[in-house]
Parts: sequence; C-alpha cells; structure tokens
Amino acid sequence: MLEGLVALLPQVIFDGLLLGFVYAMIALGYTMVYGVLELINFAHSEIFMIGAVVGVEVFRYLGPAIPNGIVVLLLALLLGAIISGLMAMVVERLAYRPLRARGTTNRLVPLITAIGVSFVLQDVVRFIEGLWHNEFKLQMRVIPPLDGNFTFLTVFVQYKALILILVSLLMLFGLNYLVNRTKLGTAIRAVAQDMSTARLMGINPDVIISRTFLIGGALGGVAGVLFAVQYSTIDPYVGFFPGLKAFTAAVLGGIGNITGAMVGGLVLGQLETLSGTYLPTLTGGNFGTEYKDVIAFLILILLLLFRPQGLLGQVVKEKV
Amino acid sequence: MSLLELKNIHTYYGHIHALKGISLTVNEGEIVTLIGANGAGKSTTLRTISGMVKARSGEVLYQGKPIQRVSAEQIVAMGIGHVPEGRRIFPRLTVEENLEIGAYLLRDKKVVEERKQIGFQLFPRLYERRSQKGGTLSGGEQQMLAIARALMQDPKLLLMDEPSMGLAPVLVDFIFETIQSLNKSGKTILLVEQNARIALQIAHRGYVLQTGELTLSGPAAQLAATPEVQAAYLGGH
Ligand SMILES: Nc1ncnc2c1ncn2[C@@H]1O[C@H](COP(=O)(O)OP(=O)(O)OP(=O)(O)O)[C@@H](O)[C@H]1O
Ligand SMILES: [Mg+2]
Repeated sequence: MLEGLVALLPQVIFDGLLLGFVYAMIALGYTMVYGVLELINFAHSEIFMIGAVVGVEVFRYLGPAIPNGIVVLLLALLLGAIISGLMAMVVERLAYRPLRARGTTNRLVPLITAIGVSFVLQDVVRFIEGLWHNEFKLQMRVIPPLDGNFTFLTVFVQYKALILILVSLLMLFGLNYLVNRTKLGTAIRAVAQDMSTARLMGINPDVIISRTFLIGGALGGVAGVLFAVQYSTIDPYVGFFPGLKAFTAAVLGGIGNITGAMVGGLVLGQLETLSGTYLPTLTGGNFGTEYKDVIAFLILILLLLFRPQGLLGQVVKEKV
Repeated sequence: MSLLELKNIHTYYGHIHALKGISLTVNEGEIVTLIGANGAGKSTTLRTISGMVKARSGEVLYQGKPIQRVSAEQIVAMGIGHVPEGRRIFPRLTVEENLEIGAYLLRDKKVVEERKQIGFQLFPRLYERRSQKGGTLSGGEQQMLAIARALMQDPKLLLMDEPSMGLAPVLVDFIFETIQSLNKSGKTILLVEQNARIALQIAHRGYVLQTGELTLSGPAAQLAATPEVQAAYLGGH
C-alpha cells in the first residue's frame, strides 16, 4: 500500500500546485486591499467569479471563430483581467469610498458592506446569465490544443495546466516587480503603512486605493479565467469556496504581506490535495475525500496557534 | 505680502475646539517659532496649514491665495513641506524609498536623483543607511530622514513639528544648525517647539500659543526676555 501512495505523490503535488497558484492569485487581491485599508474585501471572491464567467463566455463566443485555443485563452485572460479589475474599482468607488469619506471608524460596517456586495454581484451575474442563456450553470468549451496532454515520468500533465502555472508565475513576478520596484508600488506601500503621512508626500490615497483594487481585481480575474479553463463547470456561486480558501491563504501567509499570500496559497493547495488523496486510504475509507478541507483547516488552525501573525507576517515593531 | 498668513483660524476635532481664532504671519526668509505647552494646539496649527485638518472658519493665505479648502496633496505641490510630529517615517520603506516617495510629485527622474544626493550631502548618515528600512533607524536618523524627505519637493515653506523631540543634546544642536543653514539657503521656516530656549535662539520671531489662543508674539529675543515666557517655557529664574 505504501508503495502505491508514494507512486502517487508526484501527481498529487502537481495537482496541488495548480490549485495553489489559483489560491495564490486570489489571495493577492485580499492581501493588497487589506494592506491599504485593513478591510477584508469579501466581494473579492465574486470578482474572481466574474473572471471565470468572462472566461466561459469568451470561449463560448470566440471559440467557434478562432480555432487556436491558446489565442482564445489569451483574449479571455485579457478581458477577464480588464472586466474584473474595473468591477473591483467600481465596487470600491460605490461601496467603500463613501464609507471612508464619512469617516466611519467601525470596522464592521465596511465588512458587512463587502458581504452585501458579494450577494449583489452573485445575483447580478445570475440574472444576466439567466437572461442571456436561460441557464446560470455554465460549461467551459474545450478548444485544442488546451486539452492536449502528455505524461512526464509518472505525472499526467495537461497543456492547460502548464499554461496555468506559466501565467500564474508571470503574474506573481510581475506583481512583485510592480509593488517593489515602481513608483506606483512604492506609493501603494506608503499608503498601506501610513495613509495620512502619504498625503504629506502629495499622494492622493483615494487614487492609490483605486489602483490597488484595479490590480487585485485584475489578478482575481486572471485567476478566474484559469480556474474556469482548469475545472470547467462555473456558476455565479463558484467564487465562494476558492475565495474563502484564498482568504485563509492570505491569513496563513500573513495578511497584508504579498509574498506571504503567494506562499500561503501554495501551502494551502498542497494541504488540500494531499489530504484529499491520502485521507481515504490512510483511514481505511472511514474518512472520504470530502474531509480534505477539515484536515487542511485543522493544520491551518494549528499553524496559526503557533504563528498568529502568519508564516511571513511580522509582528510590527516601530521605533518612535 | 507675507508668504503665509493665518486669519482668525478656528479648528475643531469633533467637539474639541483646538484653535480659537489664530492669526499669524510668516514672511519670506524668516524662521518663525510657535511655542507652547502640551496640547496648546501647535501641531493643529501646522496641520491646518498643510491641509491635514480643515479649519471650520478663518483663512489660510499662502502667497496671497486662500488655501484653507485645498487638499493636503495639492498644498504640497504648491510648495509647503511638512515635517510631522514624531517624524512619521514609512517604517517598511528603505531610506532611499522614503526619499523617493518624498518626491512623489516630481516626474523627472534626474531631478529626483539630484535631490536625493542633496539630502545625502546634508545628512551623510542617511547615505550610509540608504538600503536600511526606515523603522530600523535611530530617532536622530529618522529626524534627518524626515527633513530630507520633506526637502525632496524643494518646498518654499517648511513646517517643522518638534524636530528636537526625544533627541540627545548633541543631535538637537546639529538639527538646529541644519535648520539655520536651510534658512540661510532660502527656506522659510515655521518651527514648532517645546524646547523654547533653543527655538528662540535661532528664530527671528515667535508666537506663544496657549490652549488654542496666541497670547504673545514678537521678535525672538524680545519674547525670550518677557517674564511670562521666562517663567513658563524657559524654566525661569
Ligand atoms: N486627532 C485628534 N482628535 C481629537 N482631539 C485632538 C486630536 N489631535 C489633537 N487633539 C486635541 O487638540 C488639542 C491641540 O492638540 P495639538 O496636538 O495641536 O497640541 P500640541 O500643542 O501640538 O501638543 P504637543 O506639544 O503635545 O504636541 C489638544 O487638546 C488635543 O487633545
Ligand atoms: Mg504637537
């Protein structure tokens, strides 16, 4: 039995990596917004969902016209990033900024607003899809060569999985560059660390916050498109679990910390696939794959008991 | 025309009436100091000028133009730099990034680089520490960084809030020498201090603020000689 388990391992780790990259990209949106506003933007899971829906629609309409799946995917990624990014900006503008402008100090108010926005976005998408296709459950259209595959040693690899990894890596490196090496990135970090002093530098925090939502939203949209390509079935509620897990990943990595969100996402992806695969065998079938989240979250709770600030989060010590 | 003029400024925090009709002027080329006890409203005065808080009534005129409704971001662009109380260095930006963010409004990278070098010349210590995170600097180094950061946009008027706070005496002397040399090189300075002795030594004129109202004003030497100032702020004899 042990041999069988070991033989499976490379495949499990590979699958966990895919899931981990999706979580990582969504987690970045949570962590960036938290970094600047200390707001848990629950609506971000719906921004991700919108990306997934855009992905399905682009494949549905452009698929028949453009025979090359990679071209269609690139268009879907672009459109998903734009639409999700803009939606995130609109949400910030309409739902969160008015609360900030009123100087609401109660943290629960924006949080509850975020949850409300989530429901609104779910139902708006459901309504639109219902009108458009009489159906809000969507199936991703498969276009070659995305469905191609090969076996590397013992690992079954689909082309679309390789693309997912490639695109995620590009996005993650790109974001790191943007945040750490550009003027906008420095401004985002400055606003995150001390919003009122940032104003003394001539920075308009509202502009920077808006850009932050745009960037986080675009990443969420890209994650959504890749998710739809990878896991095929999409509906307006599909953001809930990945969103919740990505949020957890952000906390695990140290909320507000960008590298932490990436690491947290990858760790959570591994925990989830590993427990999903091995739990049934290890417990003699008493606990099925459906318990994977219980295990994954148990481990998370333990980790956070010992490192409440998250894996890469720092306990902030500031000299006066 | 004065570079800066406050006319009957009233500023509130909620129900707290922090400034109760402040009127003062700062002329081009001067060092003017504002002294007063804890909670007198010194910082609030500076924040009202830089737009961080809004006056409920009254006027702030800068180069003759009313700026009391202009946003803080735009006031910086007009040439007013603010070195805030407690220095407010961005703790997780490096020294160099702190300087660069001070030049946020500048588009020309060459100018930013030049200004950075000017800052490093003024405070060679910052050059040694340029890759270190702001939060790891000592209090004195942070004060130097806060000043250098405010100089990045080459302000005409520099508002300085208790630059001597928490510093060892040697450093206090150094910072005040720097303030004087900045003034000689053309900066107009409005200096808030609790350390009235040293502030009145370098300032041309001064104002005394007491619970939101100006009680005394005049040339610095004259102010230092008044019994009230002697008793309350100079540990009088
Ligand atoms: N953010 C704020 N909210 C409410 N009240 C405030 C706030 N900031 C200052 N105050 C109040 O306004 C008054 C003036 O404060 P201010 O900070 O301007 O005084 P200060 O002269 O700078 O004092 P210090 O020497 O302690 O820095 C004080 O009564 C203070 O308690
Ligand atoms: Mg003060």
